[in-house]
Amino acid sequence: MEFVSPEGLRLDGRRPTEMRQLRAEIGNVAKADGSAVFEMGNTKVIAAVYGPREVQNKSQQMSDQALVRCEYSMANFSTGDRMRKPKGDRRSTEISLVIRQTMEACILTHLMPRSQIDIFVQVLQADGGTRSACINAATLALQDAGIPMRDIVTSCSAGYLNSTPLLDLNYVEDSAGGPDVTVGLRLLSCGTYGYTLGPMD
Amino acid sequence: MDTRLANTWRLTVNEKRFIETALSSGIRIDGRNPFEYRKLSIKFGREDGSSEVQLGQTHIMGFVTGQLVQPYRDRPNEGTLSIFTEFSPMADPSFETGRPSESAVELGRIVDRGLRESRAVDTESLCVLAGKLVWAIRIDLHILDNGGNLVDAANIAALASLLTFRRPECSLGGEDDLEVIVHPPEEREPLPLIIHHLPIAVTFGFFSSESLLVIDPTHHEEAVMVGKMTATLNANGDVCAIQKPGGEGVLQSVIMQCLRLASRMASDITKKIKDAVETYNTERALRKIKRHPTSITLDGSVNLKEKLNEPSGHNVVNELSRKHLEKPRLASAENASSPGNNGEGESKSSNFGRSSRRDGATSNFVGGAASWDPYSRGVDSDFLKASLASRGTLTPKKKQQDPTGERKPNESKPEESPGDVIPTTSAMDVSETGVHKGGEKTLKDAVKPKHKRKKKAFSSTADAS
Repeated sequence: MEFVSPEGLRLDGRRPTEMRQLRAEIGNVAKADGSAVFEMGNTKVIAAVYGPREVQNKSQQMSDQALVRCEYSMANFSTGDRMRKPKGDRRSTEISLVIRQTMEACILTHLMPRSQIDIFVQVLQADGGTRSACINAATLALQDAGIPMRDIVTSCSAGYLNSTPLLDLNYVEDSAGGPDVTVGLRLLSCGTYGYTLGPMD
Repeated sequence: MDTRLANTWRLTVNEKRFIETALSSGIRIDGRNPFEYRKLSIKFGREDGSSEVQLGQTHIMGFVTGQLVQPYRDRPNEGTLSIFTEFSPMADPSFETGRPSESAVELGRIVDRGLRESRAVDTESLCVLAGKLVWAIRIDLHILDNGGNLVDAANIAALASLLTFRRPECSLGGEDDLEVIVHPPEEREPLPLIIHHLPIAVTFGFFSSESLLVIDPTHHEEAVMVGKMTATLNANGDVCAIQKPGGEGVLQSVIMQCLRLASRMASDITKKIKDAVETYNTERALRKIKRHPTSITLDGSVNLKEKLNEPSGHNVVNELSRKHLEKPRLASAENASSPGNNGEGESKSSNFGRSSRRDGATSNFVGGAASWDPYSRGVDSDFLKASLASRGTLTPKKKQQDPTGERKPNESKPEESPGDVIPTTSAMDVSETGVHKGGEKTLKDAVKPKHKRKKKAFSSTADAS
């Protein structure tokens, strides 16, 4: 199947190094301390941050830093076929872990000992690149909550199809079976943060 | 994050500082240099598809099992591969039984990505009846001891088990060929999985000082490090997967450097795994051969002994094995996987309980098998009795019809034979079968053409590793 036409256009008319349309909003969830909605093309993700607040499970309390928790889930209606198990399955656990570790490295946790910061990310529409959208949404939500961070983490995915590197894959390109990678980058200090993941064909 | 946090062992501040200071001068606390792996040992159990890997202090067991199931709707002619991890509480105080923790899931996913998404295991060959029945391969990884760097060791355990796993052969039968008959191993030899390449995971640890990185961090180093990255590559230099979950940021150049290092490590480890698997396969073949009651052994022990003393033992063995390849083999030797047949180098990594056979070549065995006419050679029953009686010692040169015997490492001595002699067969161990260059060629010559055919046949079919 041809993912890049001879004229150099992808299936949705983008150029290989062109991103999808981005849209962001903060403050959507009134009750949360911080929240954000991030859209990358058709992928829409909402993130809510609660904290710093008292640790619910005292056994996990850390006396020198804040506890960061993250939960990633996909809404049942986010994909084409209704999802059987939106959270708690292995993929969601792994993505929660990765988002947590990425954000934890950015948050100045030592300023808030014995407290807990919860990041909840939910995918409302999944069209490829949900991981990146989640990291971006989480960053925004944390900033909306006023949590001290050392840097901004942003993320995007890329892949390689038809011998062309492609930026910001959508679902069709993602499921094409080629290698893809999701990178989280720290803006100010120029280090690679988040995880890079690349299944190779 | 869970209550496991409460049970986590924490490093003291002094220890942390010590490790970091030592690292900045390029010294690791266990004496390795920063880009060196710990000692890796791969052992196999009696069952096909079970392996035990030790990487320094980390100890992991892998088991592979297969089951016939219905395929997924969107992939009706592909088998499935799934990985389950079990973080046993005996490995680390912070592990708890029950639902896998985050790190358990992460480990499973990394190994899974490397194996499944890189198409290392051929799933299309696992299809039995398209749309109805396929093989579901399940890999279980049990962590027995957490000495650091579980991912790499688990990956090796998974690969080793997959390489030695054999699934029963099934064929279609019944009316209109829609019924699937699964043949038990006694009836038809089980088949190995088709594995295209071996994805090896290499883990790096990053420390707070810039550009300090180590390969294969131990438990202590893991508690000190601020970031880690796992790169899964195969020996061809292809990157199968990369995982860098959070932690300290690193420059892109460092990532590229890590990938280059990882590709070197991957080829070393691939070689070790392959050697271990070959040794296991040889041994397995030998075990199979012993099962047949009409197999005979031969000796040549005397001649062998001379060879044994040669300093270039391995070369001799290899030579001999090559010679043996020409000699007649058991019909059932077709089960001996071809790696064994090639008389490749030995692997030091396994030390099997039964006997320390090192070398790969399978015995040239001439023995009975279902399809083999046991009387064509005129087995000497007296000899058989004698050999049984004198179990424990190599049968003194009975220049028998066919040189048979199992290939043993140079040092296999008579005293090892007791362990190997199995009552049902009179197979005696002869170290280095090779030696019967001597006269017993008569029948063998007659037989040779047939065996040669067979040998060619299964050299081409056997494969897997």
